[in-house]
Amino acid sequence: MNDSQRFTKTTFTQKKESREKWVKVLLFMVTLMMALAVILLVSFLVHKALPVLSLNFFPDIPRDLMSAGGIWPAILGTIYLVVLSLMVAAPVGVMAGIYLNEYAKDNWLTRLINLAVINLAGVPSIVHALFGLGAFVMFAGLGESVIAASLTLAVMTMPVVITSTREALSAVPMSFREASWNLGVSRWQTIRGVVLPNSISGILTGVILEVSRAAGETAPIMITGAAASITFRQGETVYYLLGEKFMALSYHLYYTSMGWKVPDKLPNPETGEMVPMTQAALEYAQAIPYGTAVVLLGVVLLFNSVSIAFRYYLRTHRKW
Amino acid sequence: MVAGTPKLNVDSLRAWYGSEEVIHGISFDVRENEIFGIIGPAQSGKTTLLKIMNRTLEFTSGSRMGGLVEMDGEDIYHIKDVYGYRRRVGMVAPLPVGLPLSIYDNVAFAPRSFGMKDGEELDGLVQKCLEQAALWDEVKDRLDSLGTKLSGGQQQRLTIARALSHQPEVLCLDEFSIAIDPVTTMKIEDVLKDLRKEMTIILVTNLVQQARRLADRTMFMLNGEVVEIGDTEPMFSGNAKQPKTNAFVSGDFG
Repeated sequence: MNDSQRFTKTTFTQKKESREKWVKVLLFMVTLMMALAVILLVSFLVHKALPVLSLNFFPDIPRDLMSAGGIWPAILGTIYLVVLSLMVAAPVGVMAGIYLNEYAKDNWLTRLINLAVINLAGVPSIVHALFGLGAFVMFAGLGESVIAASLTLAVMTMPVVITSTREALSAVPMSFREASWNLGVSRWQTIRGVVLPNSISGILTGVILEVSRAAGETAPIMITGAAASITFRQGETVYYLLGEKFMALSYHLYYTSMGWKVPDKLPNPETGEMVPMTQAALEYAQAIPYGTAVVLLGVVLLFNSVSIAFRYYLRTHRKW
Repeated sequence: MVAGTPKLNVDSLRAWYGSEEVIHGISFDVRENEIFGIIGPAQSGKTTLLKIMNRTLEFTSGSRMGGLVEMDGEDIYHIKDVYGYRRRVGMVAPLPVGLPLSIYDNVAFAPRSFGMKDGEELDGLVQKCLEQAALWDEVKDRLDSLGTKLSGGQQQRLTIARALSHQPEVLCLDEFSIAIDPVTTMKIEDVLKDLRKEMTIILVTNLVQQARRLADRTMFMLNGEVVEIGDTEPMFSGNAKQPKTNAFVSGDFG
């Protein structure tokens, strides 16, 4: 081998390099398709929703048999659901996660609990709905109500909150705990002083992501308290009592797109005479489900960005 | 305390992880204010031994121990206040572990955990510990910055300051120098020479020369058994009683 040959590529190297290039291009294309799907989805929804998307759509109540007006009662119902189920699922799930990761010994009981948690996470939401109907609506006597639906969602979210909490906790290096134990610091003081400050951002992110995912669930709330339509009077402040039925974005979306037909004629408010809908009113009515979908996406995105902002804040302000 | 009474007395100590016995009935004692070196190759049970000394072995699931460990004549496994006991034994791990707290909080963590309130007393203690660990001058202007941002050698000294923060009677160091540079190592060795006036030091090391420089007496462990315990100097100058010890300290195996 002379000196000039030493630096020329062998066929093996050439093959390796071209394979490298193709693999990279392939992986990039697949990733791009992913992003494309999201962009297509969002732009399709927004395009279809254009007739209703205005600032009046959010704070207005549904009018004219839900063929006009806005979706404020549904937005509010979804906020109720998220906040109430968060209040139940977050503390219980996080505490159980802490117990399982920090205290539980590896024995048959722990393994049984783990198995139960994993299986609970895999239960389809419609089954949770049936459980909620039996346990909260009927047995606990809560009736079809916001609180029954929220509790059902909480039960559904809890196993995932437990799992994400455990993941965040086990990301904290064992050496931190050992260093703390060596100082004669108790387990709880260690968790409070060392483990939680380093995992709280992960725990909260998991919790908020899970609960915001639950905000889009339809099946569990459909038979535990969501109403297709609640009539509010013009100018009336919209609110729900915990024991009342409620409207929610996901169910509103389902109902307006599946269970309900745009009426041909509407009563004239003054004469009560039935008049055909105008073309513009028809278009508006048909765009309502899409508008609802956009708002639902927006609400979920909002929760996610809050969680991201919160995580960023905690990361930069580690001390507490 | 009567002179000559051992600080620590270990008798027929055994330890298991699951069904595997890793320490096979060893006995020795550690005297007050001495530096007691423990040398030996990997897997000889040195770290397990230290974990038994400060009762943190029980955090390892599946571990068990048998035999007797006494501090000042008291069976440490019958002491009711485990946390109080652990504070009497300082522990420095092989890899520096700066807790992700500020430098100040790293040192103040243990005192706070047993009830010391913020204030002059705590400030003084933090300063004293950092001075003892030869770190004060380097960090006094940035006590609020994160402990994890210090260099490896500084973090190891922070670990020592933290171990001193609960004012231990015995300080255990587990191969403290494997992750730090020689200059820092020498600094810490000087620190240890000073500290022995105030406390008893158990020094586990795999640097044979380090044991020779520091230890008054040295124990050579191999596969969970004690090969030899004796004064350091004869042991390292080719006059060990056991041939295996001579071979180990001269670098023939291990």
